[in-house]
Amino acid sequence: MSDVQVSQPQGNPLKGRLGPRKIVIDPVTRVEGHGKVTIKLNEAGEVEQARFHIVEFRGFERFICGRMYWEVPVIVQRLCGICPVSHHLGAGKAMDVIAGVDQLTPTAEKMRRLMHYGQVLQSNALNFFHLASPDLLLGFEAPVAQRNIIGVIEAFPQVGKWAIFIRKYGQQVIAATGGRRIHPRLCIPGGVNQNLTVENRDALRKDIDQIINWCCEALELHKSFVHSHETLHETFASFPSSYMSLVGADGGMDLYDGTLRAIDADGESIFEGVRPVDYRDYLTEEVRSWSYMKFPHIRSLGREDGWYRVGPLAQLNCCAFIGTPIAEIARKEFMALGHGGLVHATLAYHWARLICMIHCAETIKKLLFDDDLQGTDLVASGQRRSEGVAIIEAPRGTLLHHYAVDHNDQVTSANLIVSTTNNNEAMNRSVTKVAIDYLAGHEITEGLLNHIEVAIRAYDPCLSCATHALGQMPLVVTLEDAEGSVIATRIKE
Amino acid sequence: MSSVATKMAPANGQARILVLGYGNPGRQDDGLGPAMVAEIERLAWRNVTAHDNYQLNIEDAIDVAEHDIVWFVDAARAGPAPYSMSDLSPASGIEFTSHLVRPEVILAIARQYYGGSPRAFLVGIRGYEFEFLEELTMEAKHNLRAALAMLGERIRSCQTGEAP
Repeated sequence: MSDVQVSQPQGNPLKGRLGPRKIVIDPVTRVEGHGKVTIKLNEAGEVEQARFHIVEFRGFERFICGRMYWEVPVIVQRLCGICPVSHHLGAGKAMDVIAGVDQLTPTAEKMRRLMHYGQVLQSNALNFFHLASPDLLLGFEAPVAQRNIIGVIEAFPQVGKWAIFIRKYGQQVIAATGGRRIHPRLCIPGGVNQNLTVENRDALRKDIDQIINWCCEALELHKSFVHSHETLHETFASFPSSYMSLVGADGGMDLYDGTLRAIDADGESIFEGVRPVDYRDYLTEEVRSWSYMKFPHIRSLGREDGWYRVGPLAQLNCCAFIGTPIAEIARKEFMALGHGGLVHATLAYHWARLICMIHCAETIKKLLFDDDLQGTDLVASGQRRSEGVAIIEAPRGTLLHHYAVDHNDQVTSANLIVSTTNNNEAMNRSVTKVAIDYLAGHEITEGLLNHIEVAIRAYDPCLSCATHALGQMPLVVTLEDAEGSVIATRIKE
Repeated sequence: MSSVATKMAPANGQARILVLGYGNPGRQDDGLGPAMVAEIERLAWRNVTAHDNYQLNIEDAIDVAEHDIVWFVDAARAGPAPYSMSDLSPASGIEFTSHLVRPEVILAIARQYYGGSPRAFLVGIRGYEFEFLEELTMEAKHNLRAALAMLGERIRSCQTGEAP
C-alpha cells in the first residue's frame, strides 16, 4: 500500500500571492535514475510549463570506453534491469558493423529476432499488466490500496494469469536463445554463438498459440475500457506530435532492423529510409541546464519544433502495415481512431502496446516453424571498421547505439540515445497537459499525483542505470513560490 | 502451462528455501544481492535455491509461491552495517515505472494468485559506493561476509527444525 504524507500549511498557499510558482514532484531515493516533475505556474497562477526530469545514461557512456568492443554487448545489459536484451541486441548490431558484417547469416539474424521479439513481448506485458491495467481497469480515481496489480487480479482474475505467463513465456524465449533467462549471451560480432535446439523449439511451440490468444483477449478487454471512456482516452495528456520509428524496407513494422521514418502530426513524411549510420544528418541532441537528459530532435525542424514521440504509438503510426495477420487486423481498427489521420491519444500507447504484443507473439510463432533456427552457420566476417551505429525498436521505442573503436579493439567513444530520451519532450508535454487539466485550486492533491503518474506510465520511462538499492521510490510534490521557497510538500511513498 | 503453482512438500521433509538476490553488479555495491547468490552457489547449500537478477519481476511470484521460506537480499544505501533484516508481509502497491517492483508486491501476487504464503525476510546489506564500477568496495565485501554467515546460520537452524 502506498502511503501519502502531507505537509501543507493551512488555507490556500497561493492565495494572494503573485509571480511564477513551481510545484515539484520528485522521486528521490534511488541512487540514480530518480526523476522529478516540476510544474511552473505563471503570474496568474495558471500552469505554464511542466518538466519531467530523469538522470540518464551519460555515466554509462563513459563506463563503456576502454572496453574491448566484443565485450560491449554483454556489458551494456547492465544499463537496465527491464530491457537488458534490447541493449544487448543494440550493441550487438553495432558491433556487427565494427566487424565489417552488413549481412548476418539467416540463422544468426533469426535467432536475434526471436530473442528480440520475446523481449518486447515480455516487457510490454509488464508495462500493460503491472502498470497500466490497474489505472485502466479499476479507474484513475480508485483508491491506491486497490488500484494495483492485486486489485486487478481480484477483479479480473484472468489478467493475473496473462500477466505472469506472457512474461514467463517471453523469458523462456530469451533463455532459449541466450542460454539463460538472466544475463543472456547471444550476440557476438558478426553473428550469434548458438542456434535454437529442437528441444527448446518444441517447448516454445507448445504454448505459443495460447500466448497469442491471451494477448488478443487482453486487447479486447482494453478496447472495452476505451469504448466506455472515449473522451478520456482521446484527450488525457494528449496532443498532436511527430513520430519516429524503424520500419522495414517495405514500410511494414519491423522492431529489429530497418531504416528510420519520421512523420509529422498530419502523417506527412519528415524523412524516410534513413540508415542508422546517417542518423546525425537527421537528428541532433541538445543539452539543457535543468536536466541530465539529452533532448534529441529532428535537425531540419530545429529544437522548438523538432521533437517527436517514439514507442508503440509511434511504431503503429509510422508503419504502413504489420506483416502478421492478427496484428494487422488490429492495426487497422486502431488507426480508425484517427479518422483518416494519425492517432495522437497518449493513452493509446497502451492499445498500441497490446497490438505490438500480438505482433511479437505471431512473429515468434512464425520463427519457431523456420528451420533456419536450427542452422549451424552462425557467424559472418568482414573488413574491420572503426565505427558502428545500430538502431533497434526497444519496447519503449527507438534505441540507438553508436561506438568508435581504436586499433587495439578498445571502445574510444559511445553515444546512446535511448527510448526514454527520445520521448523526453513528449513526456514534459503530457505532464503539462495533465497539470493544466487537473490542477485545480493550486492544491497538491492525490488526484493530481495519480493523473501525473498515469501520464508517465503511458511512456513507462526507463529509469535505466538506476541501481536497485533497498528503498522506496516516493513521489514528492513540492509547491514553491516565486522565490523558490517551499509552500507545501506532499510525499507519496 | 498451469495457472496455479502446485505446492508440494519436499521429498526430504525439509523446508524449501529460496534466496532472491537483486541489484546491478555494474554499479559497485549495488551488486551485493547477486554477490550473495554467487556465494550461495559456490557453497552449494542443500535445499536452497538461489536466483539473482537486476531487479525483482512479477513472475518471481511463481518461484516464491513454491517455497516455504524466502530471503530477499538487496543492497542498502543507508541503515545499519553490516546488514539489516526484517520480516516481510504481502502488500500491494503501484509505482509510476516498471523499473521498481517491491518484494512485498511479489509476496502479495504469490499469495493472491498462487496461494503461496512463504515466510519472507528482507536482508539489506549495507553498501557505500554505487558508481559505474564492477567490484564491491572492501567495506561491502566485509558486510557481505557477515550477512552470508548470518544467512547460513539461519538456514541451518531452519533445516534442523528451529525457527528461521
